[in-house]
Amino acid sequence: MAKLPAGTLYRGKLGMWSWVLHRITGVGIYFFLLVHILDTALVRVSAEAYNSVVASYKTDIIGVAEIGLVGAILFHGFNGIRIMLIDFWRKGAKYQNVMFWIVLVIWAVLMAGFIPRQLMHIFGA
Amino acid sequence: MAVIIEQPDAPRSRKGAQWEKRAWIFMRISGVFLIFLIIGHLLVNLVLPERGVKAIDFAFVAGKWASPFWQVYDGLILWLALIHGTNGMRTLVNDYTERVWLRKALNTTLWVTAGLLILLGTLVITTFDPCIDPNVHTYLPDLVCKG
Repeated sequence: MAKLPAGTLYRGKLGMWSWVLHRITGVGIYFFLLVHILDTALVRVSAEAYNSVVASYKTDIIGVAEIGLVGAILFHGFNGIRIMLIDFWRKGAKYQNVMFWIVLVIWAVLMAGFIPRQLMHIFGA
Repeated sequence: MAVIIEQPDAPRSRKGAQWEKRAWIFMRISGVFLIFLIIGHLLVNLVLPERGVKAIDFAFVAGKWASPFWQVYDGLILWLALIHGTNGMRTLVNDYTERVWLRKALNTTLWVTAGLLILLGTLVITTFDPCIDPNVHTYLPDLVCKG
């Protein structure tokens, strides 16, 4: 009996999930970017307008959500490097699976640094 | 509606094929720049300041944009991230919409939004005036304001 295919770069298994995650994080970052350009534009209106809107970024809930934003950005960025290596490196497609795990490890290390720092800023004295 | 999938090895004579290739290249070049620009952006705004995000206010922005370096830096992020993001969204729209009118409407909305926000953001960075804050001299004591 023929063996089931082990999955290709984008169909099934890790390659596909990395692609799904890349899309979801990309959309999330895009919509944050739209909001972020608009909130920053308030510096052209008045200091009070800008300060009052930026204050919402310092609340407990949004402060914790920023961990998700940074997590999405870091994943998208490092998986983007993986995509470029698949495109341009001779052995990229061969090692795409391993590279996905490397992306996750780098991501986890950076998040382990960022999360306590952010929690300290949001909830610290 | 039937979806026509071209032969992958068919010669690219269709108008727009070059554009599609350039978009593909742009995603990679802008992506490399954005990794460095945005990690730097996060470090300088969220991680390194003692109070992190809580340190961000009008005075913080005025302090940064007093230097042309940060104006150019933020302008680069604005242009590259918005075009990169808009082109990424266009890819999703092209993948997930079947009705031609809907695809065209969504893609037009995406590029009009990008154009307006790039214009807005560029104007905000280039015409920024810290003197609109009456308390500006408490944090920029050497600044000379007209009037």
